[in-house]
Amino acid sequence: MWHSATVRTSLGFVALAIACLLVADFQISAHDPWAELGRLFLGLAQPNFSAVDYLGEAIVRTLAFAFVGVGLGAAAGLLLALVFHHRAVRTTCAFIRAIHELFWALIFLQFFGLHPLTGVLAIAIPYAGIFAKVYAEILDESDPQPAQVIPHGTGVVSALAYTRFSQAWPHLATYTAYRLECGLRSSAVLGFVGMPTLGFYLESSFAQGQYTTVGALLLLFYALIATLRLWARPRLLPFYLLAAPFLLGEGLPIRWQSVSRFFTEDIVPEPLRQGEGLAGLMPWLGDLLANEALPGIWNTLLLTQIALVATGLLTLMLYPLVSQHFTGRHAAGRVRGALGHGVLVILRSTPEYLLAFILLQLWGPSMLPAVVALAIHNGGIIGHLVGQRSNAITLRADAPRGIERYAFELTPRLYGPFLALLFYRWEIIMRETAILGILGIATLGFYVDSAIQEIRFDRAMVLIVITALLNIGVDILARHLRNRLRLRHTASCEP
Amino acid sequence: MLRLLSRALATALPLLFASSLAAADPFVFTAIPDEDETRLQERFQKVADYLAEELEVEVRFVPVKSYAAAVTAFRNDQVQLAWFGGLSGVQARERVPGSRALAQGVEDAEFRTYFIAHESTGLEEGAGLVEAMRDMTFTFGSKGSTSGRLMPEHYLREAFGEAPEEVFSRVGFSGNHSRTASLVASGAYQLGALNYTVWENEFEAGNIDADSVKVVWKTPTYPDYQWTIRGDVDGRFGEGFADRVQQALLEMDDPALLESFPRSGFIPVDNADYEVIRQVGQQLDILE
Repeated sequence: MWHSATVRTSLGFVALAIACLLVADFQISAHDPWAELGRLFLGLAQPNFSAVDYLGEAIVRTLAFAFVGVGLGAAAGLLLALVFHHRAVRTTCAFIRAIHELFWALIFLQFFGLHPLTGVLAIAIPYAGIFAKVYAEILDESDPQPAQVIPHGTGVVSALAYTRFSQAWPHLATYTAYRLECGLRSSAVLGFVGMPTLGFYLESSFAQGQYTTVGALLLLFYALIATLRLWARPRLLPFYLLAAPFLLGEGLPIRWQSVSRFFTEDIVPEPLRQGEGLAGLMPWLGDLLANEALPGIWNTLLLTQIALVATGLLTLMLYPLVSQHFTGRHAAGRVRGALGHGVLVILRSTPEYLLAFILLQLWGPSMLPAVVALAIHNGGIIGHLVGQRSNAITLRADAPRGIERYAFELTPRLYGPFLALLFYRWEIIMRETAILGILGIATLGFYVDSAIQEIRFDRAMVLIVITALLNIGVDILARHLRNRLRLRHTASCEP
Repeated sequence: MLRLLSRALATALPLLFASSLAAADPFVFTAIPDEDETRLQERFQKVADYLAEELEVEVRFVPVKSYAAAVTAFRNDQVQLAWFGGLSGVQARERVPGSRALAQGVEDAEFRTYFIAHESTGLEEGAGLVEAMRDMTFTFGSKGSTSGRLMPEHYLREAFGEAPEEVFSRVGFSGNHSRTASLVASGAYQLGALNYTVWENEFEAGNIDADSVKVVWKTPTYPDYQWTIRGDVDGRFGEGFADRVQQALLEMDDPALLESFPRSGFIPVDNADYEVIRQVGQQLDILE
């Protein structure tokens, strides 16, 4: 067992995380969190649906942004997937998906302002990068034979439609449906920066400590995600897609001169704008790298590595909740399965930011709340996917039960897909470290946010590019590890 | 299915752009009150209605999430009037030549920041910014806030001669004043700095336990929130429009409108009154 590359790699990650733990600062320092937390949980338990002005509108907008964003992303991704073998396309896609939706939104907010286009593009662009990669992988795995036997002279489009697309269709559809759920979460989160979705009201009422409203908004959001399979039927999708663009709201008119100003002024480094030339640029860049980028990279990496392993451990504990091999298939099993499903929906749909606040109240500021918040959120997502994967496994009738079934039957068989998923999630966990400024942890995302709050887009852009490069680096490393361990990276396991 | 999908998308894109072109320009304003950011639309619609009546133009309120977003919307001419914080007002006026501060709240002429401490720190009420604070944990409010970030950082640097990151073992940004109060009250952070009106309102509302958290220092006064208008509104909405807006703001005396800010009334102010904020912003390298 110890000779297996998979085991050695896993242990390597655990050892690295432990080493990170030694240098990271973990401490527990809160004194009396229960007054505030008591109010919070009481509020969540007594949701008040009447407290938000435009609740119906917020739900419609959340759905509309998700559908238009994911729709555009999927369409663009499909086109890009066809030319994915070009290095330039691959690099561009890697770059655009390495930037978090929130950062895209903050960038577009600079020049499109509060116009629906800001929210739509913030989802569509990174999603196009992800779709392109995954669609390309799915299409690559389809059998090349039909393409070789169709008559010479068949048009490119019909050839594709009748060969690779028709084979890959079920996989493409499953994956796109999964991304729709992600799109809903992204759409809600865009409310944090001002799009009129559920997140807008969630952030306001949470900031004000109006927890009964927070409870109502969260419940609605959970319900939306948990019932996705019921209302997002393939037959209804064209209807939703057609309706969605009309339901985005009108926002404020775009001033096109802001767009050119953004590119010709805002993102030009300050010394160049002041006419100081290269002589001024170097100290500016040096200062930015030494004081923000390097400490930011260090904290980001520490937090990411610890959170990654914590996510893995939590996933292994959570997946049985939604695995039929543990919940059972009959009536009682269905109820248990639905409960497990509900728990995972709550874990993965509660914004990390809210989790971080609760844990901060409990434990005081350090990396601990950040690690646990990230692990809960991502463990909820991967646990759900591993659980689904386990349902495709057929066990012998006399297979052992309980802990033996877990340790000797299922977990070993699921370990490959589990690792593959975790590696996919690696760069995502890294992107998510951005949002934890409340904990006083200066990750790269923290500095990006600071630069944006100070309205210094020249600095923000440099830091965003560094963040994107770091993400691309992790992505390459993850792919290398997947190949070395021969983990099938079929697209259906991409989170 | 695929065809339907592409058709849907083909309709979607032009629509998105088209909607941005159809513009019968109303007069748009935004506001970020220092507390209670909920039900903004409902509360500020009343203010919009009041302004529309006084100015005889169509007035629209647009909610935003952060000071930076407010400044950007103002700069991009998506909003023409904004209720800014001290710092964001300076940022906005620097970026939009000709824009001017019209009015501030009565309370804003002499604004303060309170430094608060959890009882476990052993710091007494009115202790001041003392050496004993070194190596404690500390939280600001939001990064772009005048009373939650700019002025407290200024006074901390003055007292300790160092950046807050050097003085304290950890420096966080709670996001807003109410959360600063709750994080220090629970002891999650030992120290915090916040807007004095928020503190006093929370105190009066009974949300703060006087035993667990104390005000250890009150800063000297400085100017804060103000209404700022773009310089080009006279050209768009008629000669003397900015002055009429100022008049309408100064005459706003309906408590139902004023409580949204929350202020007891508005008084005239001009750009020069915020010079002190600009200087501090430059010192702290937040302004260029």
